[in-house]
This record gives sequence, structure tokens and C-alpha cells, in this order.
Amino acid sequence: MVEIASWKVKTGLAEMLKGGVIMDVTTAEQAKIAEEAGACAVMALERVPSDIRAAGGVARMADPTIIEEIMESVTIPVMAKARIGHFVEAQILESLGADYIDESEVLTPADDLYHINKHDFKVPFVCGCRNLGEALRRIGEGAAMIRTKGEPGTGNVVEAVRHMRTVMSEIRQLSAMPQEELMTAAKNMGAPYDLVFYVAEHGKLPVVNFAAGGIATPADAALMMQLGVDGVFVGSGIFKSGDPQARAKAIVIATTNYNDAKVLAEISKDLGEAMSGIEISTLAASERMQERGW
Amino acid sequence: MKKRIGVLALQGAFREHRLILEQLGCEVTEIRKSSDLDGIHGLIIPGGESTAIGKLLQFGDLGEKIKEKAIDNLPIFGTCSGMILLSKRIENSTQYNLGLMDMTAKRNAFGRQIASFEADLNVPTLGSQSVRAVFIRAPFIQEIAPNVGILAEYDGKIVFVRQGNMLASAFHPELTEDLRVHRYFLKIVEENWGN
Repeated sequence: MVEIASWKVKTGLAEMLKGGVIMDVTTAEQAKIAEEAGACAVMALERVPSDIRAAGGVARMADPTIIEEIMESVTIPVMAKARIGHFVEAQILESLGADYIDESEVLTPADDLYHINKHDFKVPFVCGCRNLGEALRRIGEGAAMIRTKGEPGTGNVVEAVRHMRTVMSEIRQLSAMPQEELMTAAKNMGAPYDLVFYVAEHGKLPVVNFAAGGIATPADAALMMQLGVDGVFVGSGIFKSGDPQARAKAIVIATTNYNDAKVLAEISKDLGEAMSGIEISTLAASERMQERGW
Repeated sequence: MKKRIGVLALQGAFREHRLILEQLGCEVTEIRKSSDLDGIHGLIIPGGESTAIGKLLQFGDLGEKIKEKAIDNLPIFGTCSGMILLSKRIENSTQYNLGLMDMTAKRNAFGRQIASFEADLNVPTLGSQSVRAVFIRAPFIQEIAPNVGILAEYDGKIVFVRQGNMLASAFHPELTEDLRVHRYFLKIVEENWGN
């Protein structure tokens, strides 16, 4: 029996992306630079998060022309972002042939209560989380891959670290619980019981988990890998830096060799200016993209 | 003595291969630099992105060292992107490859992710029971030299091949519970080891 777009095939692509770097790109030229540097996928966007932040207003799905140009320019998978809850943007992205859809807090949410029912689609989805409950709610809705949210467009890794530490700590707590406590844990974290049960039994998420939101240097990427993520998304960190080519390549090598400080020292040399960052405490609550999503 | 199998751990699904090999009683070494290759009896190149793995093979001398080991008859098994990297020729591409098997690979040959699929594959070498094969943005083999043997075809496309000690599949046996493909590779390792 032939089965297209099965759960195995959806989560399987994420398995193939592991140990890799997914880079935000806004043009075909940037996509080629990313592929040449060794990116395992690109995220096709109209603007990188730091520019979205600067522009303000409503941020929406990218123009399909941009996505198509990027799809034609590289052979690696091309992801694209839809607004939270905007299932029509997702339908459009699926019809264009995008390889993964990111239902993303970087864009302005289209629904203030509900996310997309991702089981309805053939294309797999990745969603952001700040904690285990949020991750499991998204997986329950059909996300085949998870990423910790961090704070997009800041070049500041602190929120990505906080979200990853939170997820890992909550996984450890579930693993240590006797079975009779799991239903209450599921209730308290607002997560489906079967997924809570899976995490308690296996000590890990049922899907691949990447880090996102604030990674700007090879050391940042290696830090997230050592904290236990499966790979990294780099948004503004590459094409808002002084030397995108060199930085992209260095972050790719760092993500593979995250445990080898000698290699990390070598590849961190002479990369030029990193993107200028934002201290999180200077962002008003309304400016924090991580608060989007329910 | 346990068989020691290296799994190329630059990018992709190397953990899944590791778990299966451990289940089959092997000692597993993750390969990230050329010195990791010392003392292994076989090597697996996992699924992932072939361009990304190709770039990382060129960092240091890892790629070249794998080629040397292959000339010394080290058994190598490539899945999906591993199949692409093992191919001598890649259609419409000048990307880095190891080029150890005399065949031409076509990348993303079944289409983009929305065309990815699983299917039952008839692999006579592994017995009469079919193999559940998972194809993810998978390649197939467009042409082969006479010294490359076809182990399986799907819909008339070559998806599983062997050339001497070298094995390559377009699908992902590491994503299923069926251990027969890995067992078949370990048999090649065993036979080679005896010689």
C-alpha cells in the first residue's frame, strides 16, 4: 500500500534536517549563499524578523513570487511562514509546493484563540514553543516538528536558552513521575494526555526539536546544541551581519562540531560584525513575539 | 569481538542508524573527523541533505579519507543522501560527492516533500516478505554500470543497489522497525572482515 504524506514521512523530513542549520532568506541570491554554506534548508521570507520588528504593522505570509523564486534557486528544502491560525495562507503555501510550513509567531497572528489544524494538510508543519505544554499542544494539532521560540529578531540568545531549559526540565520532571500523577500533569500543562504519557515514557519529545529566536554566532548555535536541541534556525543573525557568507558557513560547522571547542575557536575567528542585538528587558511586552501563540 | 560500525554524524538521521546498529549488537562510533575512522569495520552514511553533508565532508580531510578507506575495501552503506554522495555522477549538479559507486543519481527524483511517501518494496535478496520503504524527497538511480547490481526497483526506478562492498538505498530503513536491510549490510561487513 502506498501512503503519501503519512505521519512518518512528515516527521521523517524533520529527522533528516537534524544536526543542520535552517537559514532565513529573502531572495534567491541569499538562498544560494545559504545552500553554498551548507544550510540543510532555508526559510523563504519577505523580511527577516529584525526588519519585521523595525517595520511594525501587520506581518503576513510572503509574496508567492518570492517563495517560488527561492524554490527554483536551490535543491534543499524550502520552508515558508504562515500566520498563526491562518489556514488559508497555509493552503496557499502547500499549493506552491513549500516543503514545510512554519506557523509562526514572527508574523502577526490571524486567530487569537486557535492554531491551524495541521492534520488537514499534506505538507508538514513546524511550530514554536516556550514550554513543554505548548510543544505538546502543537504536536496534538499536527505539528511534525517543534522549535523553541526564543525572541526573534533580537540577536540575543537568552530567550532561546530559557525556553530550551524549560522544556528539558519539564521533560525530566515527567520522566520521574509515577503514572498516577501524569493525568494531573497533563491537566496542569494543558497538554494531551497521550503525548504527556509518551514523553514520560521516552524522556523526549515525540518529534524533532530545533532552537530558534536569537542565534547570532557559531557559539550560540553550539550552546543550543549542547543544551540538547536537534538543530538550529538562524533568522536575522546571518544576513544582518557584516559577512553573511563566512558567518553562515561557520554556524554550519559549529552545529556539527558543537562539542569541539578547538574547532569552535578556529571557525569563530574573523567573522566580522555580528548583528547588533537587543536587550530583552528593553522590549515592551507588546513587542515580544514569543507571547503570540496559545 | 563486536563489529565496530562508524556512522557519519555530520548532519541528518545518524541517531536512528546508531540505535538500530546497537540493537543488532554492534559497537557504534560517530564519525565527525578523519581520525574517528580508525578501527571501524564498516561505515554508514545517513539520510540528511547531501549538499550540507558534502560541504561538511570538505571541512578538514574527512571526505578524502573516506575515499581512501573505500579503496581499502571498507564496506559502506548510504541511505538517501548517502546514496547520492556515493554516486559517481549526480544529475544537474556539481556538488561534492564521494563518487564510489559507478552510477548516476537523480536528486529529489520523486518530487518535493508533499510527494514523499511510504510503500511496500519487493527486495528478493531479503526474502519474500516486502520491506516497508520510506521515501522522503528521495533520489533514484538513473543509470548504472554493469558491475552495479540492482536489489530493488520501485515503479520501474532503481532504489536499492550493491557494488562489491558498497550498498545504497533511496529509502530510509533506519525509520522503520524492520532490521533486515541493516542485517544485510552487516553480513557484507562480516564477509569482508573474514578476508
